[in-house]
Amino acid sequence: MIEIKDLHKSYKMGSNSLHVLKGINFKVEAGELVAIMGSSGSGKSTLLNILGMLDELDEGTYTLDGVPIKNLSETKAAQYRNKFLGFIFQSFNLINYKSAAENVALPLYYQKVPRKERQEKALQYLDKVGLKPWASHHPSELSGGQKQRVAIARAMAAEPKVLLADEPTGALDSKTSYEVMDLIQKINDEGNTILVVTHEEDIAHMCKRIVHLKDGVIVEDKKVEQVRADQYV
Amino acid sequence: MFNRDRWREILEVLTKNTWRTIFTAFGVCWGIFILIVLLAAGKGLENGIKKDFGDIATNTMFMWTRATTRAYEGLPQGRRFEFKIDDVQAIRDNVPNLRFISPRNQLGGFGGNNNVVYGIRTGAYNVYGDYPEIINQDPMAVTSGRFLNYNDINEKRKVAIIGLGVRNDLYDKDEDPLGTYIKIQGVNFLVIGTYKKNDSGGGEEGQKEIFVPFTSFSQAFNRGEDVGWMAITANDGSSISVLKDKIVNVMKERHKVHPEDTRAVGYFDLYEQYNRVESLFGALKAVAYIVGIMVLLSGIIGVSNIMLIVVKERTKEIGIRRALGEQPWSIKKQILMESIFLTLISGMVGIIFGSLVIFGINSLLDSVGPVDMFMSPSVSVGVVTGALTILMISGLLAGFIPAQSAIRVRPIEALRTE
Repeated sequence: MIEIKDLHKSYKMGSNSLHVLKGINFKVEAGELVAIMGSSGSGKSTLLNILGMLDELDEGTYTLDGVPIKNLSETKAAQYRNKFLGFIFQSFNLINYKSAAENVALPLYYQKVPRKERQEKALQYLDKVGLKPWASHHPSELSGGQKQRVAIARAMAAEPKVLLADEPTGALDSKTSYEVMDLIQKINDEGNTILVVTHEEDIAHMCKRIVHLKDGVIVEDKKVEQVRADQYV
Repeated sequence: MFNRDRWREILEVLTKNTWRTIFTAFGVCWGIFILIVLLAAGKGLENGIKKDFGDIATNTMFMWTRATTRAYEGLPQGRRFEFKIDDVQAIRDNVPNLRFISPRNQLGGFGGNNNVVYGIRTGAYNVYGDYPEIINQDPMAVTSGRFLNYNDINEKRKVAIIGLGVRNDLYDKDEDPLGTYIKIQGVNFLVIGTYKKNDSGGGEEGQKEIFVPFTSFSQAFNRGEDVGWMAITANDGSSISVLKDKIVNVMKERHKVHPEDTRAVGYFDLYEQYNRVESLFGALKAVAYIVGIMVLLSGIIGVSNIMLIVVKERTKEIGIRRALGEQPWSIKKQILMESIFLTLISGMVGIIFGSLVIFGINSLLDSVGPVDMFMSPSVSVGVVTGALTILMISGLLAGFIPAQSAIRVRPIEALRTE
């Protein structure tokens, strides 16, 4: 599904440049649930941004579902993001003046799905994350866990090939974190490919594979026995 | 364009910060208000001045003779000559596109002696020998009886139409002048009509005129074939200013005047005067537009500023939407539409307020009566459409820079800002 070869990325900070990713080779098959771990500064967020086409790579190749991702125009990148990727952020990033259902329907709007169909689909995904009764609530009326679940529903609404989660539990207490992870696991069980960036060991162990990043290189890549989150819920 | 979600979003954004939106809108509103009121004031002045031209056909010239200033074909310099009645036909034959050619003769004039007698009363009036067409060039309302006609001309009837001023001077209040005889320089004329000129048509003096048939005038006052002066009106669509040289040349040729003698045939081109006034108002209008648009410009800059702030405030949101796959041009369109919408709405409010003020001034003018040189200020539908077009364009301009900066927002940077 995802194939990265010899990926390099550096940032210019004034006169000196910061080499963040120093040759990453990395492959994700369809249906995997991968945790990307590493301390801050290890380059895990940069990697995720590149995977999410939010940032451009300097060197190497990135292929997503057979499509080479390189030198995309902003229009093309937006189109690919919409079609291939779903984002889940640490800070939820819901649009405050839109209701939960409208937030979920947003990616569909960009796909020019007719209004009625959009609303139906949004409700269907909200139902999936158990928030159908909150459909007309605005983000300010929801708890953190609920917001993240809305964000997950939104990420899934466009039926992307890969879900990218950047510290999805970073802003949540552990009980809510496990609820969210439970949801992510269930989505994964349905065959969706998911990448989770986290620095929490217990969250990482709820995935099926852990990739350790350190100073811009992969130091460890291992399959793990998945810990189901529902036993904590 | 007519996308329900887009409009909802525009309204949501603009109503989120109501006071800010209102203050921003006020700038544009004020600009367009000034523009409308200035244009209306200009129009009012124009109406007032043009009223002084009255209903006189403006595409008209007056022509008379003077002493020659150059010797020609054996004739001396300083010779006096008169137009003849045949000249009218000659002009008609040689110069196309003329609507009316009225030869005229005149008695009396400014500060003239008493020349008209009725019963025991006398008065000094302008007496004109005229053809019936003159009523088209120097419009007047016939209040009783009738105006001259060609039977009067052909039969040289001694009939007269008198102005309201003449009637008031010579007759008692309840006396009917029709059918009475007035004595003009000793010759009796039957009064067959009275007229009233529009207030503007020469004021007091305009009401103190007497019109008699050209032919009877010539015979009664011994003018023979002579024509005192002519009033010539061109067809609509051709300018008398263009035709006047041709007419003057025909006259010079017929009266053996040196072709380069510029003094011998005198004329007054009403159209040229009218055009001069017209161009003055053109300039006035341009000033109104410039001032109005300048004021509007500061409003537009305000809108642009606010839109930049809106974009800044929504950086994160824009980033999220970009991450979710919104196309850059869609974001740009959103910002542009917000800007145009804000400008248009506030502009329309300005137009409405402007119209209310104009309406107020008009009803004030109506209640206090006519004011010198100012009459019914107004703006036409064309001006309003023009104003709306200006608003549309300025909204587009105001939104352009903010929209550009909105699509420059890179999603990754937008998402980083907490």
